[in-house]
Parts: sequence; C-alpha cells; structure tokens
Amino acid sequence: MSRTFLGMPATAPPGVGHLRGDEPFPAAARRALADPQLRRNLGHATTTIRAKSGAVIAELPDWQQLRDAGSAIKADVMARLPELLERLEAAVTAAGGVVHWAADAAEANRIVTGLVRATGHDRVIKVKSMATQEIGLNEALEAAGIEPVETDLAELIVQLGHDRPSHILVPAIHRNRAEIREIFLRAMPGVDLDLTDDPAALAGAARRYLRHTFLTTPVAVSGANFAVADTGTLAVVESEGNGRMCLTLPETLITVMGIEKVVPTWQDLEVFLQLLPRASTGERMNPYTSMWTGVTPGDGPQAFHLVLLDNGRTAVLADEAGRAALHCIRCSACLNVCPVYERTGGHAYGSVYPGPIGAVLSPQLTGVADNASLPYASSLCGACFDACPVKIDIPSMLVHLRDAAPHPRAESAAMAAAAYTMDHPRLYAAAQRAARLSRLAGPRGRGLPPPLSGWTAGRDLPEPPPQTFRDWWAAR
Amino acid sequence: MSSRDLILARIRAAGATPAGGVPRAYRGAGAPADPDLFVDRLTDYRAEVHRCAPDAVAATVATILPPGATVAVPPGLPAGWLPAGITALPDDGLTADRLATVDAVVTAAAVAVAETGTIVLDGSPDQGRRILSLLPDLHICVLRPDQVVAGVPDALTRLDPRRPLTWISGPSATSDIELNRVEGVHGPRHLHVVLPAGPPA
Repeated sequence: MSRTFLGMPATAPPGVGHLRGDEPFPAAARRALADPQLRRNLGHATTTIRAKSGAVIAELPDWQQLRDAGSAIKADVMARLPELLERLEAAVTAAGGVVHWAADAAEANRIVTGLVRATGHDRVIKVKSMATQEIGLNEALEAAGIEPVETDLAELIVQLGHDRPSHILVPAIHRNRAEIREIFLRAMPGVDLDLTDDPAALAGAARRYLRHTFLTTPVAVSGANFAVADTGTLAVVESEGNGRMCLTLPETLITVMGIEKVVPTWQDLEVFLQLLPRASTGERMNPYTSMWTGVTPGDGPQAFHLVLLDNGRTAVLADEAGRAALHCIRCSACLNVCPVYERTGGHAYGSVYPGPIGAVLSPQLTGVADNASLPYASSLCGACFDACPVKIDIPSMLVHLRDAAPHPRAESAAMAAAAYTMDHPRLYAAAQRAARLSRLAGPRGRGLPPPLSGWTAGRDLPEPPPQTFRDWWAAR
Repeated sequence: MSSRDLILARIRAAGATPAGGVPRAYRGAGAPADPDLFVDRLTDYRAEVHRCAPDAVAATVATILPPGATVAVPPGLPAGWLPAGITALPDDGLTADRLATVDAVVTAAAVAVAETGTIVLDGSPDQGRRILSLLPDLHICVLRPDQVVAGVPDALTRLDPRRPLTWISGPSATSDIELNRVEGVHGPRHLHVVLPAGPPA
C-alpha cells in the first residue's frame, strides 16, 4: 500500500473473511431457486416471523417515533464517531477492560488469536457474532490450533453440518426440523439415537451437548449489539442463555465489535432495546440481554478485551449516499420481508450479510467492483425500507450502488446510441419503423442476439406495436 | 501509525457531517406501571406468576420448590423468603459444577418492566453473582411491589450501568428452528415470579 493513502478510508481486504462470494448473485440464485425444499423452508420461516413481528409492533403506539429516534441517534453517531470511540475506550479502560483497534479482518484475527494463545488454552466458546463471521475468525483460530465452539443453536447446526450461515438472525433458517435432526444424529458426539425432530427435543439435545463445554472452557469470544460511549457498557442480546454462559462463566472474555455499534448515552438504549427484539424475533423482549462494564470483581470474567473493528467500515462512512448502511442493528427484518431473499435464501448473496441490507453493505465494505452483482439482487419494491427499525433507505442506496458498479462497455455504447437517436427525430422515426419490422421475426418473448442477450435472459422483450403513435398522429 | 490512529484518521477523512438533533417523541419514563399487564406479559412468555400476601413469600416459594430441594441463596436474600424443609446453600463462592447440580435458586431483582414482561438483575447482594441465576434449572424471582415500572425507559433510569445487568424475559428460549419460539435451551428452563402485594394504600 502506498503511504499516500495511509489514513484514507479503506475497504475490507480480499483473501480473508466472508464478504465476497465465489460467484455472482444470478448464478448462485439460479441454483437456490431450483431447490424446492429450500424454498419451502424459507417461505415457512419468513411467513411465521412476519406475522409475529407485525403483531408485537402493532402493540406500540409510538413505533414510528422510536424509528425516528433510532435513525437520528445512528446518524449522530456517524458524525461523532472519533469522539465516541475515544470516550468508549476511556470508559472501558477505566473499568478494567483492555481496548484493541483492528484496521482490518487480518489484524482482528491476529489480535484475538494472540489473546487466546496468551491464556494457554486451545478451545474457545463463542456467542453468535456477525463481526467474527465477517472476519473469518473461526478459520483463523483453527489455523492456530484453537478450537472454536459455536454455542448458538443455529450456529451449532451450521457448524456441525459443515454449512454456511444463510440469515443474520437465524443462520440455519434454510434447514427444517427433519434436516436438523439428521445433522445432529450424524455429527453431534454422544447424541441420543432416539432423538425426534420435535423442536423442543432438538433444543434439549443441544443443551446436553454443550453443558460440559460451557463449564470447562475458560475463554469466550463474543460480538456486541451496543456499546455505550459514556459508561463503557457493552450489551449482548440473545435468547437461549448460551450468551449468558459465555459472558459469565469463563475467566477471559474477548469481544469483537464493529466501530459503528457505539451509541452515545445510556438513555439511547431505551430506543434500541424496544426496536430490536420486536423487529428481529418478533418478541416484546428477547429472553436474555446481558450488559457489562469492564470487569466486575468476583462476578464473571476477570479479564476483558474489546477489539474495535474497521474492516471497510470507514469506506462505507466516506460515501454520503451509502453511509446509512452502518446504521444497521442486524435485526434481519429486511430479509424476512424481501421477495428476493424469500426465494433465493442467504447463500446466494455470497457474503455473511445477505438480503437487502447485505446487498448494500457488502459491496460498500469490499468496494463495489468485488460485489458488483449484489446491488441488482432486488426488485426495488421498498418493503425493506418500511420494515427497517432504523429507517435505512435501502432502495435508494441500491440504485446509487448500481450506478457505482462497473458496467460493460457495450451497455454504455448502447445507451449513448439511444440518447443520440432520441435527440434526432428523423433517426428516432426510422428506428421505430425498424423495430416494427422485427414483428416479422416471430412471436414475443424471444431474446436479443449477443451482446444484448444478457438483457433478455431474464426479461421478455416488449412486442413492438403494429402502429406507432407517430404513425397514428400522421394518419389521423 | 498505530491502528488506533489509523482508524481515527480514516474516520475523520470520511467526513460524515453533524446531523440534526435526536427527536424523542416516543413515550418516555414516568407513566404508572400496570401490574396486570406485567402478569399477562410474563405468562405469555411461559413464566409462572404467583401473587401472594406480603407475608406469604416463603409459603409461596415452598409451593414451587420440589420437596427437600437444594436451593442456592444469594448472600443478601431476606431470610424470611425461604421456607423450612429445604437445603439452603448460601453462595460463599460456590463452584460452577456445584451450582449446576442444585435444584433451584431464589433471588430478588432490581427492577421489572410491565410492558415487556422483563425482570432485571443487577448483582446486588439479594441477587448475587450472575452465575447464580444461570446454572440452576429453576429460577424463582421475588419482586417487591414498587419494583415494577411501566416501560423500558423507566427501567433504564433506575439501573446503574456500571453494575453487571441481566435482563430476563421468560425462561430460556430459541427461535432457531423454523423461527418458532421453543422454551428451554441453556438458561433456566423454569422461571417463577413471586409478586407479594404492596402494603394497603
């Protein structure tokens, strides 16, 4: 890297982490669409969560006012980020924690691996965390001879199935109960062979399997939902109690957090603790939320490390039309209402951030050229904007990113030719006559020849009318 | 340049400009709490609620515990809350292995939110270390009448962020299988809330 660019906003580096897919969205989506089981699982799950979420949101008379406040707090955070992060660092340090700064995924992985090694242990328990998935921490730990154990039920299903997460909140949403039972029977050590596919029985199996691991692993790694700059308080929102186990039982806790997760004041949590559970799992409140400030003598981990992660976030921040993607609180409401996500599932997006928010966040974190097809993974219907608890205008951002994505030279040549034709009435009339001649070539629905065939691969070519308006006007 | 300085320089170079103020037109703290709503919300999330007379806490706790139960007890729990005929295990640094084998824990709470059916523990002596209410499979939480507040904003004004806080809404649950809520994963599978009535007005 040239020294000239030191200190300028930077995108997430390639070769580490999971922000880039192996193939463009249309190719991956086509395969997903051909899987009827996947589509049934997704349709069932997203229908369930939409109904639950809608019901508990309707209970609040001030939902829109909460959204307005959430959106404004996040915009304020983005404008004051340096000051807030420095205050957070001071508060965490004063409370006995240690703060580390990681410019990218590779540095974050290095820091965490080094901290685990320093404890002398070779296994960590993990709370579900998007940030650690984004940076590929599990792979980095394994490469260093450290075993990461995912303790969230859905993450465990993904890990035991050697699978990839496909949803922000419910990474195993693409699996139904019968498939989960099969994975447990195949890969969970010591599992009861009479296990049924009753969800309560499956949850019970995970409880028995992880109990011993919780009680015997002295190092935990977590993410964070919020961090309060004023007080240095971290918050993790969860359901199962695996988070409480990881945040309470070990001697050492390492938390990896994106720099955008900071909020200014303790009072600001009153907004997000109301928005997040209702938009996310459709509950009035999630079963467990843990909050801690540094180290509490005699209670919980006595060593606490906070790793603040950039990994492309400053590049997102630098784009005025795209920076609101950093307002995301990872509720996944936009996934659950998206007609594209509901049909393709999360794997088609390539990145750990799928769905509408992923389609705007991933290309910005990596640079649009590395995720050029994602801004097109949308019908621009706007359901995501309506569902977002912090009012991120995802559709406008998608259009902005489509403009920023690299376009084939043939497309700009065709657009320039069209513009020239429309500027010249005689040419335009001639073009219309030529288009009418194409009616002789056969019925509608056929494709254009290369290099324009890409356009008609997914669209019907409109049938030219037998008489144009100009002809009708002239003959009137 | 350290990564700290690098990241801070990058943020400053990104040039996000100050936005307007934060509109707080949502319902803030100060409304009266509705105890019936609190009971309804708790019950909806499969917590069991026991309303009792002010002097009947121990008798109520006795009906919840199995006979001869071993119960973990935070150091500052009011002695009058525990019934006779149980094995009380005061927390003088109980190990995780020991706590994992007890039948139940009885704690107080710091505050409770009616609108969401949430109780919040803050590690005060009548609640104890976080591990106490985590490993036993049965958690019995006794709330004092003045501890139930209307909404989340009220709860935050009463809590000290510097204490370790655990917000609990029903027993341990998951939505990870087909996005349906199932109770009973890693945390206590049974949550009982005891609500003694306040002194007559």
